[in-house]
Amino acid sequence: MAKLNELTIEEAARALRARECTVRELWDACSKAIEEKNPELNAYLEVFAADDAAIAAAQKRIDSEGENAPLLCGIPLAIKDNILIEGKIASAASKMLENYRATYDATVISKLKAQGALFLGRTNMDEFAMGSSTEHSAYGKTLNPIDTSRVPGGSSGGSAAAVAAHLAFAALGSDTGGSIRQPAALTGIVGLKPTYGAVSRSGLIAMGSSLDQIGPLAKSVEDARILYEAIRGKDVLDATTIPDGLYEARELPQSLRIGVPRHLLMEGVSADVLAAFEATLAKLTEAGHTLIDIELPTSAHALAAYYIIMPAEVSTNLARLDGIRYGHTARGETLLDDYIDSRTEGFGEETRRRVLLGTFVLSSGYIDAYYRKADAARVVLRREYDKAFESCDVIAFPTTLSPAFKFGEKSDPLSMYLEDIFTVTANLTGMPAISIPMGTVNRDGTALPVGIHFTAPHQAEQVLFAAGSAVQEAQ
Amino acid sequence: MATTEEVKKLAALARIRVADAELEKFTKEFDAILAYVETVSAVEIPQGEALREGRELRNIMRPDGEPHAPGAHTEKLAEQFSAREGDALSVKQIIQHG
Repeated sequence: MAKLNELTIEEAARALRARECTVRELWDACSKAIEEKNPELNAYLEVFAADDAAIAAAQKRIDSEGENAPLLCGIPLAIKDNILIEGKIASAASKMLENYRATYDATVISKLKAQGALFLGRTNMDEFAMGSSTEHSAYGKTLNPIDTSRVPGGSSGGSAAAVAAHLAFAALGSDTGGSIRQPAALTGIVGLKPTYGAVSRSGLIAMGSSLDQIGPLAKSVEDARILYEAIRGKDVLDATTIPDGLYEARELPQSLRIGVPRHLLMEGVSADVLAAFEATLAKLTEAGHTLIDIELPTSAHALAAYYIIMPAEVSTNLARLDGIRYGHTARGETLLDDYIDSRTEGFGEETRRRVLLGTFVLSSGYIDAYYRKADAARVVLRREYDKAFESCDVIAFPTTLSPAFKFGEKSDPLSMYLEDIFTVTANLTGMPAISIPMGTVNRDGTALPVGIHFTAPHQAEQVLFAAGSAVQEAQ
Repeated sequence: MATTEEVKKLAALARIRVADAELEKFTKEFDAILAYVETVSAVEIPQGEALREGRELRNIMRPDGEPHAPGAHTEKLAEQFSAREGDALSVKQIIQHG
């Protein structure tokens, strides 16, 4: 048997029920791996002490309920630092919330606790989830376990690195423009952004409220599905959550019609990433799935629309952080100084940049040209996707233009923003999307993972899992 | 073209400060980002009905119900205050009496 911490959730759950291992052994295997590797990787900002009572309760439940125990019972997970766990620090990797201790559990955490899942620690991220590399964390960058000279992606880079290096069985992240899927692609794991409203955001530190979703980062498609099923559902604490069946149910066909917008792949995508994508598509057609050419012309403007809407929402969401009620506190001459000093000291450079950008696009002279225009473009984009889904079940493209880049390589903000070019469309349309490993490409003698990205219609996560399984089987 | 004065003004509106040493860099980057996001103006926007959102539920209100007991969370929240007097948050005096 592989080392315990290297198992998938599916395998670990089976091993627990077969009495091949105990919950304590699963915990210890992850703890030991964290002790060995985390000082270098910096995937976790804080590692929690073992909760003996929770470990004992999970073991007891497996012993007494056996096959009926929830699959996540006794499984140690990593949690992104912007998801609240009662009594623990939740800093969103910002100096602003360095000492902020959560006063309640996020709904996703309550749900996981009810299943008997265990929490290993909180993972590093770009500050307030703004970035694609974790280089914007106030607590140092996270290294990519595949090649430590490279970024793990972001903003859920700590969660991705923890799962890829087997420092957790799976992790939760949040995705506003690609923050689950891009790091999953860059570290060779599976990442899912659920349908907008599928998973409650009560207890998620808000970034862009019309875009944010919590989702799983996992070692396999099945593990992502297990975690997704455990956290999803309507929640009275989040009025944006949606009931089952709000959107028309999609059939789960035996063979998938895969829409490919080839016009988007003509420039920017690295040749070897494109080759890996084509090879994956070829394997899928061999397995009986069909490819359909589709056109999504507004996609070319999606990133521009996103970098208007997102900072607008960031600037409003982060306005609550004023140094008065909680978080970083600085005191000056006047009350205005208190606000300005607290915010200037508490926010990092990228956060300040986006707050400024958001303030600009919402200001009275510019709101029509920027924010309202982008909001209208978003509806046009969504209509295009709706139309495309009349002729296909999923839409496929590479998750990123290229594999993991080196630290410091994208020091100019705009070049970093381009990392999100393919992933933002799913956040703008609210549709679910997944990144699945599709092999590797070589950089400086190292094989670096890349991902294939599928989008499905609203609430059609099951179609995404089917597409993901098809890719996994074809590898 | 954004000017350093404009960036300073935005910073004031956003209740943050951009140090003079950073101002030029911020302004330059701001210009590059704006030049990029402005390309959204190329999207043709249909008028009227076509722009209406679909049948998605938006801003659905729920009835109030089952309020928690008064004071149930007071202590936990007050623990986060940087300065407190009893259960109250202590801040600077805002209105001066002549």
